[in-house]
Amino acid sequence: MNLSNLHVTRTSRAAKAAAVVGALILIVLIAAPWWAGRADMRLMGELFLYLALASLWNLMAGYAGLVSVGQQAYVGFGGYMLFALTIFGGIYPLGAIALAGVLGALVAVPVALLIFRLRGAYFAIGTWVIAEVFRLSFAQVSALGGGSGSSLPVGIVKSLAASRSGREHLSYWLALGSTVIVIAAVYLLLRSRNGLALTAIRDNELAAGSLGIDIWRTKFVVYVVTAALTTMIGALIFLQKLRISPDAAFSVNDWTAFVIFIVVIGGIGTIEGPIIGTLIFFVLRETLADLGTIYLLVLGVVAIVIMLKAPNGIWGLIRGRFDIELFPLSFRVKTTHPSKKG
Amino acid sequence: MAAFLQLDQVSKAFGAVTVADALSFDVQSGEALGVIGPNGAGKTSMFNLITGTLSPNSGRILFDGRDVTRSSAAKRCRAGMARSFQVPQPFSGMTVFENAMIAATQAGGMQGRAAEQLCLDVLHQTELLDRANTLAGGLTLLGRKRLELTRALCARPKLLMLDEIAGGLTEAECGALIQTIRDIHARGVTIIWIEHVVHALLAVVDRLIVIDFGRKIAEGAPKAIMESPEVQEIYLGIEADA
Repeated sequence: MNLSNLHVTRTSRAAKAAAVVGALILIVLIAAPWWAGRADMRLMGELFLYLALASLWNLMAGYAGLVSVGQQAYVGFGGYMLFALTIFGGIYPLGAIALAGVLGALVAVPVALLIFRLRGAYFAIGTWVIAEVFRLSFAQVSALGGGSGSSLPVGIVKSLAASRSGREHLSYWLALGSTVIVIAAVYLLLRSRNGLALTAIRDNELAAGSLGIDIWRTKFVVYVVTAALTTMIGALIFLQKLRISPDAAFSVNDWTAFVIFIVVIGGIGTIEGPIIGTLIFFVLRETLADLGTIYLLVLGVVAIVIMLKAPNGIWGLIRGRFDIELFPLSFRVKTTHPSKKG
Repeated sequence: MAAFLQLDQVSKAFGAVTVADALSFDVQSGEALGVIGPNGAGKTSMFNLITGTLSPNSGRILFDGRDVTRSSAAKRCRAGMARSFQVPQPFSGMTVFENAMIAATQAGGMQGRAAEQLCLDVLHQTELLDRANTLAGGLTLLGRKRLELTRALCARPKLLMLDEIAGGLTEAECGALIQTIRDIHARGVTIIWIEHVVHALLAVVDRLIVIDFGRKIAEGAPKAIMESPEVQEIYLGIEADA
């Protein structure tokens, strides 16, 4: 290889094609209110919110190595903040969602200072304990219905849009918009200088520290940003549900176990993994949900088989075989041909 | 003139095992210091103490005029230290080029095209250019050792610390490595080099220290040190009067 004939690129033909296809899919999805039924839109809205949660958990666990099983703390906190800020603060719901994000970040700071003292499995259990503390605390707030929860008053719901279909369209677009923003933010972060540092931490903390990367600070920033965005997604989830209770808001099954399932089967530590995982999860859920407990057994079997046969998830399997990336993050050193300069 | 790097009575023990026992020595700016000693003598632990991977039980470490004893590894790296690991620590899921880019952007403070060009130049120098797009986890041990050197060079350090990078090389490769390290030294980079391949070490360093049981047992001109009966006995396992 001759040094002067080399150049470095971060794009590829597959990534360019993926960008075009992705843009087309996005346009079709934005137009869903004109082609999809009410139930389909509801399902897709839920799918987008799960995809956002999974992408955030993947950033935190897959890259920063923070395996939290307590993200339901922020989902539930977001839901309760939406209710509290709209009911008692009289704030417009969309403003309340944004404000909930800020409050989520503020709450995450002391939580991080506390649980960052723990390592590995102790960290995971610590996050779960914190989430339980959140659940028990909100169950004490009688103004928000205590242990039995409360509903969002009709006046607040109607302030979003007068008609039912108007509200459904808005909540669909909010879900779609939030997942696009989350994935775009994760992608841009990982492409930046800080993203390179984060990927280095994913692979080897000892070497990362010795190469000047401030591991604690990087993890702290990722944790707080993830918490803020998870809080906003939580607020959106309960804006769709219109009803909140401590058990639903802080459910470890709904907001963490399923999310981990999605990320692990899709491919942890990749942007594509959560997307594939979310699609598989919803296909399984929609085809098997009527079977009751058998559905959960099937989820468990799928998770075990994939962990044994494809430890890097389904995307890991695909990438290993075809060497492609839909979200181009890697650097490629290529030879420049004199005829077509790159 | 104050020393560039100064260890002042640095001690570290894990329970009954002492890895550094009141270790003191100076390294002058622009010097190349060689470190030898038997396996388990505490050479790598000394690097861990200097770079901040370990913190000492007592003593002080001064670098470039500042007390860094309590600084993190990341802070010391940004102050101008870079090391290679004896047991390679690659970013396995990233390519060889990306490993270099991390060093250039995070430790070397470079950006964009300039960082990419530096990485290409260094990879050329360390003969890893044709593996640039290979995942670091897929490299052979020799490749991983070269990657350690690559990353340390891409960090553009003022103090370069090399931990046994010549082992396993052929005669020709070893010659190329010596030339590479000489070139870096000639640019004014201070070097500390732990090495069992003594002839490679002697081709580069100005001064040697010998470490055993975490203590410095000898220090001085390479030739005199290698010929001293004490070193021959302890380091080479040869009886002094044999």
